Amino acid sequence: MDLIAQLLTAAIAAGTPLLFATLGGILIERCGIIQLGTEGLMLMGAVTAAMTFLATGNLLVTVLAVLLITGFLGVLHAFLTVTLRANQIVSGLALTLFGGGLSAYLGKAITGMPLPGAVPKLNLGWLDPVPVAGAVLGHLDVFTWGSVVVVVVMSLYFYRTSWGLHLRAVGDSPATADVMGIRVQAFRYGCVIIGSMLIGLGGANLLLVFSPTWIEGMTAGRGWIAVALIIFARWNPLYALGAAYLFGFLDTLGFRLQLAGSPVPSYFLKMIPYLITIGVLILVGWRTKHKLSGSPLALGVPYIREQRF
Amino acid sequence: MRIELDPTGTDAPWWVTVLAVVLAFALVGLLILLTGKDPGAVYAKMVVGAFGTSFGLTETLVKAIPLMLCGLGVSLAYRIQVWNIGAEGQFLVGAIAATAVTIYLPGLPGWLALPTMVAAGLAAGGVWGLFTALPKVLFNVNELIISLMLNYVAILGLNYVVFGPWRDPKGMNFPGTPPFTDAQSLPLFGDTRLHFGLILALVAVVLVAVFVRSTRWGYELRLIGANPEAARHAGINLNRHIVTVMLLSGGLAGVAGMAEVSGVAHKLMYGISPGYGYTAIIVAWIARLNPWGIVVSSVLFGGLIAGGYSVQSMGLPSSISSLLQGAVLFFLIAGSILGKVRVRWT
Repeated sequence: MDLIAQLLTAAIAAGTPLLFATLGGILIERCGIIQLGTEGLMLMGAVTAAMTFLATGNLLVTVLAVLLITGFLGVLHAFLTVTLRANQIVSGLALTLFGGGLSAYLGKAITGMPLPGAVPKLNLGWLDPVPVAGAVLGHLDVFTWGSVVVVVVMSLYFYRTSWGLHLRAVGDSPATADVMGIRVQAFRYGCVIIGSMLIGLGGANLLLVFSPTWIEGMTAGRGWIAVALIIFARWNPLYALGAAYLFGFLDTLGFRLQLAGSPVPSYFLKMIPYLITIGVLILVGWRTKHKLSGSPLALGVPYIREQRF
Repeated sequence: MRIELDPTGTDAPWWVTVLAVVLAFALVGLLILLTGKDPGAVYAKMVVGAFGTSFGLTETLVKAIPLMLCGLGVSLAYRIQVWNIGAEGQFLVGAIAATAVTIYLPGLPGWLALPTMVAAGLAAGGVWGLFTALPKVLFNVNELIISLMLNYVAILGLNYVVFGPWRDPKGMNFPGTPPFTDAQSLPLFGDTRLHFGLILALVAVVLVAVFVRSTRWGYELRLIGANPEAARHAGINLNRHIVTVMLLSGGLAGVAGMAEVSGVAHKLMYGISPGYGYTAIIVAWIARLNPWGIVVSSVLFGGLIAGGYSVQSMGLPSSISSLLQGAVLFFLIAGSILGKVRVRWT
């Protein structure tokens, strides 16, 4: 029982940054824009959180700063891809490179400084008598609960509201949506900006909760794993929850095997999440070879009213 | 005001590239100003550090070699819209494979050691490229993610060998292999640090330029790049091209890794690449995938890396060069749209 509870707790802790980033990516890609800047946005979210929290010590201000900075980067990505119709893949790569460089530059002075106890936990004492659930759910932090709330809200929004229907229409067939009077560009701007903020929160969560010290490049490919999780979760927020926790579990697996005295060198254990990501993508590709992958149909295609190309 | 797609649109004029670089430097200059330094002095120091002295110029060229080879590699893939961002990993496995030759075949005579090492780097990088190409061709897997995941796998593989089995017992715990012998090192130009990898890179540029321009293979690549759907209808086997291009793309990056260990470091060590594989993406893009342009852009970005190191003495992190690189790419793609749209005032 204890082991199960421990593993679940570790999976949730490591999975929550991935969950935020995946949800943000899903929101962006649902409106038809490819999002490959995740790694850069997470790094910017993390460094902003570290700097603001060290300066103010106030969690609310920290979160607002993260939302502001990553939202601004979202505006940049939206301006390039929606208004200027630049290549979405290259724009995302630029965001990743720029975010990586800028976060390293800004974070130089605070590298290695510890940030203890930044995020309060939500203690649910009445759950304690329940086995497993008490240990796992009783003492989660507010970020983790926040990510679950986002999953619920996003699921309801996508599948139970007319606005969500509009959003899916924008991602699948912007021309049709436009004819129906839906403002395609406005939806795309909104999704990219809010999605970027969610990804930034993922970075902030990684720094404030999971490994509370800023180190250059600390996301170590998690942004890219989150991009893979979008595909694995078939662009569905609810599936993203399961996918993120599964990968959170795999992320901690190597570390646990190492502690347990595995004879395999730690370098190979650290490869596990990356290799599993590749394996999962191949599996998904194999299964959906002759079916729809769940991808928005107009993903990656800039929309220009009254123009065929 | 309306922005419309121009159906007769072509590539943006050349000055857009220059403008993008200038704007990127201006933006980063603003950031330097915010941290309380004088951007003019910083940039002056960078330029002098990269091009002003003969030592700086050599360092710039030394760093341009891997950029040229990796940039050439990724440019081939981008030409047919295969988004290989795994040059970093392909570079590293090339370096590891070349070093493996020195570890397991130490007695090779001089005339055989270097060609074997080049072949090992080429083959390892090519195989690493195949790991990206095959899932894409067989299962339609997104090559961006796979190639990037493989970068992390390659870095961990490098760390394993330099911290583990290949570590130099006489290296005072430094994470690196024993130094190469003279027979295993690329010759240098005179007394400088510049090595014959430059010749390798330039030969590769010429070969790629000629092949892309004047062979059936190159013609098909250009056709796929212009319109994949039309190419498919014309009977061109897209999958076959993806596989061969990724083999070549990875192979070129692998040769770059070989040249770096054999020509510069003379051993395999921790952190052998300061992100050459990622910079190569911008090198290829800024040159618009043109092989000759890559010669110019790789020297420019080699200078940026060398200059980045030289400003460390002013208390600035060398990450300033990666910041500049990202900014250049941003302005470049924003600018590239200028050739394809027209602004109409209504």
